Amino acid sequence: MEKDARIALFQQWFSDNIPHNKALGLKVIGASRGFASMQLEWREELVGNPETGVLAGGPLTAMLDGCCGMSVATMLKAPEPFATLDLRIDYVRPAEPGKPVIAEAECYRITRSVAFTRAFAHHGDAKDPIAAAAGTFMLGTKGKPTRPPLEDKP
Amino acid sequence: MSALLSRLAEARKEGNVARLAEAIPYARWMQIAPENGTGELLTRMRFHPELIGNTFLPAIHGGTLGAMLEMAAIFHLLWETETETVPKIVNITVDYLRSARPVDVIACAKVTKQGRRMVNVFAEAWQEDRSRPVATANAHFLVKSDADAPPSL
Repeated sequence: MEKDARIALFQQWFSDNIPHNKALGLKVIGASRGFASMQLEWREELVGNPETGVLAGGPLTAMLDGCCGMSVATMLKAPEPFATLDLRIDYVRPAEPGKPVIAEAECYRITRSVAFTRAFAHHGDAKDPIAAAAGTFMLGTKGKPTRPPLEDKP
Repeated sequence: MSALLSRLAEARKEGNVARLAEAIPYARWMQIAPENGTGELLTRMRFHPELIGNTFLPAIHGGTLGAMLEMAAIFHLLWETETETVPKIVNITVDYLRSARPVDVIACAKVTKQGRRMVNVFAEAWQEDRSRPVATANAHFLVKSDADAPPSL
């Protein structure tokens, strides 16, 4: 599948169809096997400290959770539902006011029951992160898969 | 953050902790606010459809649970400890125990260890039944002013 078409599909499954991701305005900018990347635009409602304009931790947590989850979905041979088991976030430096935040997640190991991911959030230079995350996901949970089957697997 | 600390002083004078959330745009947007009506400091995230992360179950987005546990820890530190600066979060680990249904989420926090510069806080979130938590978290906060520290707010 073409890169743009794949990104459009993941945008639909992981942002447009997930109300909180849609409310944050998460934009999928990359999707390939084991990798997911999203962008979050700065906006006033997401600010923690109105005097500095620095984003609260919450939007970054939600974005990193969503991005790690999407990296898991890119690894699944057949779609199945999964859920976050745990998520650790290190806030290494403040996000800069007004700047979009990019998250890049990698699913580096997947077993029958558990998927292991890590991610960084940054302003364009992955070597200068704002936050780092490690998340694990439980596979085969209740409900329906977030992503429908694909003829051409990602 | 002087605005939040002056809001804290006003809130203390009135005995109304809910005032704290008014100074934080993200808390207002998420409808996360502290309450102390029962004599215990709790933080409530009011359910609204934008919190949904899974439309099939349906369930609340895990990221929003992490966010509200973090806010619960901050409100606890501001209200229950003698803090002179706004606590700055260093890291948080969230454990997801059950899927959260589309109703309000309530959290409480407690200090596990208070150091001179660093505080370790535990927070727990539940819905209708407090004995069935939906998520728990451990977080570290810097509580001494440090220009290089990452901000929580």
